Formats: sequence, structure tokens, C-alpha cells
Amino acid sequence: MDYTFMREFADSWGLIYLFVIFIAAVAFTFRPGSKDIADKISRIPLEEDRDDG
Amino acid sequence: MKFGTEVLLLAAATLLAFVAAGFASDDLFAAHAWVLFAVFALATVFMMRKVEFSTPGGAKVEADKSGYVDDVVRYGVIATLFWGVVGFLVGVIIAAQLAWPVLNIEPWFNFGRLRPLHTSAVIFAFGGNALICTSLYVVQRTSRARLFGEKAAWFVFWGYQLFIVLAATGYLLGITQSREYAEPEWYVDLWLTIVWVVYLIVFLGTIIKRKEPHIYVANWFFLAFIVTVAMLHIVNNLAIPVSLLGAKSYSAFAGVQDALTQWWYGHNAVGFFLTAGFLGMMYYFVPKQANRPVYSYRLSIVHFWSLIFLYIWAGPHHLHYTALPDWAQTLGMVFSIMLWMPSWGGMINGLMTLQGAWDKLRTDPVLRMFVISLAFYGMSTFEGPMMSIKTINSLSHYTDWTIGHVHSGALGWNGMITFGALYYLVPKLWNRERLYSLRLVNWHLWLATIGIVVYAAVMWVAGITQGLMWREYDDQGFLVNSFIETVSAIHPEYVMRMVGGLIYLTGALVMSYNIIRTIRGDVRDEAPMGGSVGTAPKIATAN
Repeated sequence: MDYTFMREFADSWGLIYLFVIFIAAVAFTFRPGSKDIADKISRIPLEEDRDDG
Repeated sequence: MKFGTEVLLLAAATLLAFVAAGFASDDLFAAHAWVLFAVFALATVFMMRKVEFSTPGGAKVEADKSGYVDDVVRYGVIATLFWGVVGFLVGVIIAAQLAWPVLNIEPWFNFGRLRPLHTSAVIFAFGGNALICTSLYVVQRTSRARLFGEKAAWFVFWGYQLFIVLAATGYLLGITQSREYAEPEWYVDLWLTIVWVVYLIVFLGTIIKRKEPHIYVANWFFLAFIVTVAMLHIVNNLAIPVSLLGAKSYSAFAGVQDALTQWWYGHNAVGFFLTAGFLGMMYYFVPKQANRPVYSYRLSIVHFWSLIFLYIWAGPHHLHYTALPDWAQTLGMVFSIMLWMPSWGGMINGLMTLQGAWDKLRTDPVLRMFVISLAFYGMSTFEGPMMSIKTINSLSHYTDWTIGHVHSGALGWNGMITFGALYYLVPKLWNRERLYSLRLVNWHLWLATIGIVVYAAVMWVAGITQGLMWREYDDQGFLVNSFIETVSAIHPEYVMRMVGGLIYLTGALVMSYNIIRTIRGDVRDEAPMGGSVGTAPKIATAN
């Protein structure tokens, strides 16, 4: 586990690992049917003020 | 017996501070322990006066468990206001010290000791209190749940104020570990770690007991801010103290590793404290003030993930042309440039939230404040990646351009969005119909904006002047300018920078007056904003 190994692992497998997670997160965000759910969630702050003074 | 435990704990802490002062292995630690002793002793007396004994026959008053926990948020609003004015004032003072060195008063009030006082006061005291109180307010509303652990939230608030007091008095005494934005020594760092973990428990606990099935995106940003700052704080402050009752410690890292750890921390303090946390505020308060949902919720999710995945790698751009390996410098630069996309995506998302409601800008100066804040967010997140490009950095690095950049982000983005959030919160928290005066909000808006523009513009001029003078060679290959010549060349800019800061401070004082009057319940009799509404001149129609 020397410096060269760590550095080469980071810019190959480490990079691929993080990139795949990121792509998966974005793909999940834009999955079919997500727009309606997202629009509903986006109204949370506007509807949940009923306990305010 | 109400507050009995608290009084006993505070009294024990007072005693411990007294013992620590007696056994301290150096004078600085002893001085700090006396500060701690005084704070704890005052707190003990204060809490003792609040102790209540229930009478044998009297009915026990049940605390209200139905609504939200807002008392601690109210204290947070006041603390934000107070530390903001203090931080801006110290900023004006050190700007004057740079322009007129005679103002450096040895040893406690010279520039070297006041400068970390300024940065910590505005970032951690003003910004930190704003983040803590708004996050506790927002997480309850968007989760439709009462705060998890009310007493724990009070501990977070007062524990954080104690951290600020210890940090500030430490700087003036000359206690520092000389790490940018992390100057407090090891024992203050340990205290902040405890406070921060309790903060995480309170926030996460409220999310877990939420009645709303979804976790609104503002809470994602707040949670990322809390978790990442905990990680950054712990790793950056890994150090071995010289003695258990001494102020001095040595970093666990050496050489360039130490430098990289510092800037990994330093840049992500900007990325997760000053950006992610404040974006949490943006995604709640802008939709609330505009009374419209955020422009695109899915864009806000993409904004979140790309910010999280990119920001953490950008730190090395602070170490261009140093002993840091070249590949690491390039990595920092490339990731900084990629940050353009999420930053501008977020800015556009915030601004477009006003789509179909732009007319509100005519009548609502608080909304104007949010828009100006987002504009400065966009401007400084454009400037930052540009400055991280190595060729540009070779001109801008170590010059006042960097200071100008930081202030356009901090005064423009963080300051303005906090002011907007305070103006939104105060009437709600104190049950007032509206603010004391909307016209004063408008005055504050323009004072602050003009202050920032003056500040940033003169720092651009000063920075580029410095950068060009430092690199000027004659035909023999000798440097043309001595360092002091570059200093005297920018003296006029230093004076104007102080004026810019003074204008910004004046705006903050106007806000303080407005908010104090609002809390007192006063309403100023004034003409409404955008007077033409309702009496708009009729447009002649040709038919």
C-alpha cells in the first residue's frame, strides 16, 4: 500500500466507483414518472406552515 | 425542580475551570481557563435565578408539546444579528488598520490577532448561528415534526456561543494553531466537536420522527453541511497537545500533507458551510417569500449531488505552484471549473422560482434581497473557478483579488440571504403582522449592495495592480518593484475598501434597528412600496 498504488487506485477504480454512483443518482432523479412526485414534494414548504403564528 | 441539573452541572464546570486555571502549565491556558471560569460562574448565577420549585399543592404546568420549538430559534436570530454587527465592525477596524498601520495596538489588538477574530466572527458566529437557527426552524416545518430533543437544542445553542467566546478571547490572547479558518487550539476544537455531534443528533432525530413522507431538499443540504463539517473539523484538527493543561498543540501532519489537509478543510468550509448550508436556506426561504414552489425540484436534486461529488476535490487550487504534486494541483483546478455547472444550475433554479411572480420585486424588498443574494452567488461562483485556472491564479494568488472574491461571496451571497431569512423569520417568530418598516429594508438592501460593489471593485483594482507589479521584470531580468512600493501603490484602494465595509456595516445597523422595532411590536406608518400598484396609469388603447 505505497503512495503509487493508492494514487493509481484512486484515479482508476475510485474514480469509476464515484462516477457510477453519481450517474445512478442523476438517472434515478429523471426516471419516468418522477416529475409528478417531484412537483408534489416541491410544494412541501408552501403547505406545511399551518402551525405558524 | 426546574433547571436543577443544569445549575449543578454549571457549578461543577465552574469548579473544573477554576482548578484548570490553577494547574495550567502555561500562562495562556491559565488566562483562557479564567475566561471559562467567569463564563460558567455567570451562567450558574443566571440559571440559579431561573430555578423553579413546584409547590406541594400546585398543579404542575405541562409544557406545550403540540407546536414547534421556536424559542431556541428566536435566540438564534438575536445571536445572528449581534455577531453579524460585531463581525462587520471588526472587519472595518482591520481594514482601517491596513490603511493606517498606526491603528495596530500591541499586543492584543494588532492586525494579526484581530483578523482571525473578524473571519471567525462573520463565518462561524454570524453564519453559524444563522445556519443553526434556520436549519432548526426549517427542519421542523418541512418535516411537520416537533424538534427532537429540546434541551439538546439549547445545549447546541449555548455550547456554540461558548465556542465562539473561547475562540475570540483566544485570538486576542494570542492562542492560535495558525490554521486558516480553524485557528482555535485543541481543547476548543474538542468542545466544538461535542456541540456539533449533538447538533447532528437533534437535526437527524427530527428528520427521523418526521410526519411528512419525503425529506425536502433543503434538509438534504443542511444535513450534508452538518455531516461534512464534522468530518472536515475532526480531520483538520488532528493534533497532539503538548500538555493536558496547556494551550499549545502540534499537527498530526507534516509538510505538504499538512498544507493540503488545511486547504481540503479550508475550501470545503466554503463549500459545505458557506455554500451547502446556505443553499438549504435558499431552497426554503426563496419559495416561501415568493410563495411559489422551487422552479425545478429535480434540478435541485441534481444540484445537490453534483455539488457534493465535485466540491470535495477542489481544495488543491489554493496551493497552485507550491510543493504540492502537479497532478493534485491540476485535479483541484479541473474540479473547480466543473463546479461552474452545479453552481449556475442552482442559481438559475433559485432565480427562476420567481417565474410568473417577478412583479413582486416591485413591492417586496425582502424578495429583492434574495435575488441580489443569488446574483452574487452566481457572480462569485463564476469568479472562483476562473481564479482557480493556473495561468490566472499566477496573477491573482496572494493578491487582494482573492480578498475581493471572498467578500463578494460572503457579503453578497451569505450576508444577503441571511438578511432575507431574518426579515422573513422575525415577524413569524414574534407573531407580528409585518416588519416595522419595509422602506428600511430597501435602505439596507441598497446600502449593502453599494458597500459590496465598492469593496469588490477596489479589491479587483488593488489585486491586479499588486499582481502586475510583483511580476514586472526589467530588461536585465531584475524585479522592478520592491514589496513596499506595491503596498503604497494600493493605499487609496485600502482606504476605499474600508469605506465600502463601513457602508455595509451601516446597512446592518439599519437592519438591527428595524428588527428590534419589529420585535417590540412597532409598525412604522409609511407609504407602501411600489406606490404605483393599484393606481397604475391607464394605458391608452387605440381602437
